[in-house]
Amino acid sequence: MSFTLIGKHEKDSRANRDGYVTAMLEMMEKDLTVMHVDCDLENCINTGKLAKAYPERTINAGIAEANAVGVSAGLCATGKTVFVHSFGCFASRRAFDQAFMSAAYAKLPVHIVGSDPGVCAAYNGGTHMPFEDCALYMSIPDAVVVDPVDYAQINCLTKKLAESGKFSYMRMIRKTFTTVYGDGSDFEIGKGVTLKEGKDVAIIASGIMVDEALKAEEQLAAEGISAKVIDMFTWKPLDEQLIIDSAKECGAIVTAENHQVKCGLGSAIANVVIQNCPVPMEMVGVEDRFGQVGAESFLREEYGLTAAHIVEAAKKAISRK
Amino acid sequence: MQKAEKMQQLRVFAQEIRLETLKTIGSLGFGHVGGSMSIIDALAVLYGEVMKIDPKNPRWEDRDWCVLSKGHAGPAMYATLGLKGFYPLEDAYTLNQPHTNFPSHTDRTKTPGVDLTTGSLGQGMSTATGAALGNKIDGRDNHVFVFVGDGEADEGQVWEGAQFAVHYQLDNLVCFVDDNKYQLDGACENVMKHAKGIGAKFAAFGWNVVECEDGNDVEQIYDAIQTAYATKGVPTCIVLNTVKGKGATFADGTGAHSSQPSKEQWDEAIAYAEKQLAEIKAQ
Ligand SMILES: Cc1ncc(C[n+]2csc(CCOP(=O)(O)OP(=O)(O)O)c2C)c(N)n1
Repeated sequence: MSFTLIGKHEKDSRANRDGYVTAMLEMMEKDLTVMHVDCDLENCINTGKLAKAYPERTINAGIAEANAVGVSAGLCATGKTVFVHSFGCFASRRAFDQAFMSAAYAKLPVHIVGSDPGVCAAYNGGTHMPFEDCALYMSIPDAVVVDPVDYAQINCLTKKLAESGKFSYMRMIRKTFTTVYGDGSDFEIGKGVTLKEGKDVAIIASGIMVDEALKAEEQLAAEGISAKVIDMFTWKPLDEQLIIDSAKECGAIVTAENHQVKCGLGSAIANVVIQNCPVPMEMVGVEDRFGQVGAESFLREEYGLTAAHIVEAAKKAISRK
Repeated sequence: MQKAEKMQQLRVFAQEIRLETLKTIGSLGFGHVGGSMSIIDALAVLYGEVMKIDPKNPRWEDRDWCVLSKGHAGPAMYATLGLKGFYPLEDAYTLNQPHTNFPSHTDRTKTPGVDLTTGSLGQGMSTATGAALGNKIDGRDNHVFVFVGDGEADEGQVWEGAQFAVHYQLDNLVCFVDDNKYQLDGACENVMKHAKGIGAKFAAFGWNVVECEDGNDVEQIYDAIQTAYATKGVPTCIVLNTVKGKGATFADGTGAHSSQPSKEQWDEAIAYAEKQLAEIKAQ
């Protein structure tokens, strides 16, 4: 693992989806088994580029997610390396039985990509806003579940997932997003990334919350509180050692996720903490609520997904030591 | 009233809905213009003439139901219901704003007059079918209308619902297929084709099928519904041969799924719709 931290809270000029598309183009050129399957959402993630370059290996399955995942499992059985995409809500809820049985249970390592995680579904509204997609996929034995943040991380993880040979689910923020990492950064599935060292509290975040965690660290530092910041982009398998070490070092933990906390990253981390080194914990994320329509900025406030919420949670966790 | 007069009124109503739909989406600046505009003539016939409704009592038990399975056409529904007096028209201009009752996709818990919640394509076909069965069990003399997109009909669930509706002889169910030839990634012909046409599929499932050569013509739609009403023992599918984006100057004929035109283009589209309305009224 070798990465460069940019973390200036500035938007990338490129859309995150292009991190995926670029990785796919590279893999498809080198490896004739690599395929992309879409569900009438090529225009949303720019995979029309793949269709142009590799028409036989870029398949549009139409608006039929369950079938698309089943077809992907069948393709996989013929030795193909298959990535299949829809919005996160449909890539999880709509095709879950097929993902579970035809793919994972049958040991066919299909790679499922769900775009617009959580509040990123914004104007598509509550029907399209998955706060439970990772929960579903984490429940599948031996599945890999990742929630990357930016262009560079998506680019790297797409390739790593293909190499892993494991059934996987990747959330993908598809539009332009704040750059956290420099291009060429390298990540290892199952290993969290320590972005800042600290001793009073460990903030463990992923996806859109990583940049918020970095902002929270700056605000806390200004108040004399030293926070460790970890990007836990792999939700499963979880980097248990890093969690245990951080709990011991800092004595308090805050988790932050764009997902329901009661069945997401926070609860998965709590599981590790409680069995190994109980310390006060606070969880920032969505509390047992459905999504709703609106601008992403509004939704972040509405569901408490901001740096300010992390700062508050950090102080609370520390006060409970 | 003479039929010709009735049809003239429906043409006016349809154009009023077009104008309101543009204003509703235009209040935000972007949205699903294409799929909203194509079904407006059918909505006009339903709400302007055919359906039994009570705007003051949206959940009236004996009402006819309307389910927008292609839920992203919500703005067209909002304009229609607003014009019928279910709520003040301007309410819909809160489309997609914080805590709005008018979200992108139709939601039964939010908007008066919306019967079932949709957004995940395919699901409205099943829920409409369930509502038709429930009404039938209760012996009501009413109908359930459901709108399915031609792209949406890729979903297996549409056909599971179609199979169920025939098995349970739901002749109180009418399915409109908005055959506007486009889905999100482009022409259905290229993304996922209905090899022998959607009508042929429904016919093969045992439905009574009526094709509207011009699915944006109120009279053809009205006549098709009369045929549906006269057909007993099986549900009816009305295939509407429509134009995606019909009447929106920036989208008509382009096949565009969602649009984010400039301010000038919005002004032009609204001005054109107003002019059209005046012309139709003058006929
Ligand atoms: C289950 C599901 N998959 C994908 C989508 C995303 N989506 C919304 S509209 C659309 C295209 C719909 O095409 P069509 O049914 O032909 O609608 P129309 O052209 O009438 O707007 C897609 C893929 C969705 N809403 N639901």
